[in-house]
Amino acid sequence: MSILVNKSSKIVVQGITGRSGLFHTQQCREYGSNIVAGVTPGKGGIHIEGIPVFNTVAEAVKYTNANVSMIFVPPPGAADAILEAADAGLELAVCITEGIPVRDMVPVKAILKQSKMRLVGPNCPGVITPGECKIGIMPGHIHKPGSIGVVSRSGTLTYEAVKQLSDAGLGQSTGVGIGGDPIIGMNFVDVLKLFNEDPGTEGVFMIGEIGGAAEEEAAHWIQENMKKPVAAFIAGVTAPPGKRMGHAGAIITGGKGKAEDKIRTLTECGVIVASSPTRMGEAMQMAMAAKGKEKG
Amino acid sequence: MNIHEYQAKEILNAYGIPIPRGRVALTADQVERAAKEMGGRCVVKAQIYAGGRGKAGGVKLIHHPEQAQEYAKELFGKTLVTPQTGPEGLKVRRILVEEAVDIAREFYLSITLDRSSSRYVLIASAEGGMEIEEVASKTPEKIHTLTIDPFTGLRSYQARWIALQLGLSGSVCEDCVNLILNLYRVCLEKDCALVEINPLVVTRAGWLMAMDAKITFDDNAIFRHREYPDMMDYSQLDPLEINAGKYDLAYIKLSGSIGCLVNGAGLAMATLDVLKEYGGEPANFLDVGGGATREKVAEAFKIILQDADVKGIFVNIFGGIMRCDVIAHGIIEAAGEVNCTLPIVVRMDGSQVEEGKRLLTESGLNVQCSDNLGDAASKIVGMLG
Repeated sequence: MSILVNKSSKIVVQGITGRSGLFHTQQCREYGSNIVAGVTPGKGGIHIEGIPVFNTVAEAVKYTNANVSMIFVPPPGAADAILEAADAGLELAVCITEGIPVRDMVPVKAILKQSKMRLVGPNCPGVITPGECKIGIMPGHIHKPGSIGVVSRSGTLTYEAVKQLSDAGLGQSTGVGIGGDPIIGMNFVDVLKLFNEDPGTEGVFMIGEIGGAAEEEAAHWIQENMKKPVAAFIAGVTAPPGKRMGHAGAIITGGKGKAEDKIRTLTECGVIVASSPTRMGEAMQMAMAAKGKEKG
Repeated sequence: MNIHEYQAKEILNAYGIPIPRGRVALTADQVERAAKEMGGRCVVKAQIYAGGRGKAGGVKLIHHPEQAQEYAKELFGKTLVTPQTGPEGLKVRRILVEEAVDIAREFYLSITLDRSSSRYVLIASAEGGMEIEEVASKTPEKIHTLTIDPFTGLRSYQARWIALQLGLSGSVCEDCVNLILNLYRVCLEKDCALVEINPLVVTRAGWLMAMDAKITFDDNAIFRHREYPDMMDYSQLDPLEINAGKYDLAYIKLSGSIGCLVNGAGLAMATLDVLKEYGGEPANFLDVGGGATREKVAEAFKIILQDADVKGIFVNIFGGIMRCDVIAHGIIEAAGEVNCTLPIVVRMDGSQVEEGKRLLTESGLNVQCSDNLGDAASKIVGMLG
């Protein structure tokens, strides 16, 4: 079992004719993902690598029954692409695009609250259910099918974590890169809820970093609701205090966002936090062993 | 992207928000002339990309033009260290000379993104001025916030509620309503990550005025504002950081001796954490982006080597889809071009990793490879012993 994507996901790629859109379409297909359509306005009617291209997502859905979108549309049109996917009735959009202006994402986020479509990203590596379906830019080969859910704000650091999990014999049910932008679709808690309900997931590894309060929110949710063991790593313990302008950020976050605060909150809420990025696999093993003891 | 106070004020003024009469100066003589224009009594303000200047000695009330000139001579080229600059401080290259205004009351007003609601939020307080963060932490009830609905926008009645919270009444209250609505227009139309007026004052004469202002633009929106790159004051940035920016690399200079080259911000932060854990001191944070290319790796390598404090280099690339042999070529090319003899430890993962390692070990560079993050960190720390 898994969350969000599996063998039966039918994928439409928005921005399929762009350089990275096409490259990653090929990579995903090689991994086994079922790419049924592409969308590039003005290029409808052509086939690229045997995949039919449409002018709109609605057309792609009509002719191919696509239910998931992978978005590679460049920043000026990316917010529009997300809304188009929602309007066409898709269940999930995974937006890889990096660099979407905040002003564009504020209304998108507000509209998605009333939509049935889930958004992962933007500015994220994507979603993968090992051995079944990869929607994104992560390297497939480091993933192994298994029962650990992975959720992360980071990109390449997730690859490091997944490699350590796989090396430690801990395969993954699904890996979700939620993205590092100030405004994202699904957050830690949204993904944790799905893992909590997924019979194929036995434990979760969470990767956070300094800034914002998303990790703290997740920690409190875990303490209240999570039935499965959770381990985590927070990057940026040694990051220097950055230069900044003005006071508004500090006022609304109340000075939150430091790695040590996040680690303390997570630990207090029962999460095993890896003390070093070299011990992420180990922390997950400890969390699973502790849960095993509790049961036994 | 940051801009100076005087630039922020020009933008606010273009949206009808009153600011003090002022002039920007690049020399002490210009400061003196500007002071004369203001009638002798004026405020001289250092322009740097950070707040907290007052306490660092960067702002002064002046009584005659000669005094302005003297103070300007002292200020130009001086490094100001404030709680917002970081320990290395920022050098003063531009000075703003403004008319002195008699102030009756001071407020705080800003608009920024609230990540938890994914909406813009208006923040206001009747306790404006230098200690606003202290006010926020000790007496949060004195901070008024208003979350802005993106579809209805900011409405007059909401702005009026804020103005009333600030204790304003009568025509100043209505002026404040307009000012707040205009501030929101600035935020949207200029794609601001932050627009802040601190203090917003009521003058003795009863007018509202933005006495100090800060604007930070959303870096992701620069593509639709062609004028922004010209507004940048490069003297406020580290030269290596400017160079890195040209190649779309995120570089931050740190104080240690191990140059770091990593792909992805999270992994780059984790790499600094690991080096410190093994007793090493990183010389920089450098993120070449998730999908590192040969050109980017080569440029990043050169930027690291321009830092004279660097005694060794740690490369951590989790390529995934990026081929390791391509990255190895980038490293060899850049190291060869600048005759690098420093010890290098490379930790790579991704496709063609064995070929990448072979290329590096046969390159003649002082390089060691490792498959494991901890092992690689201990190697580079050991080599610098």
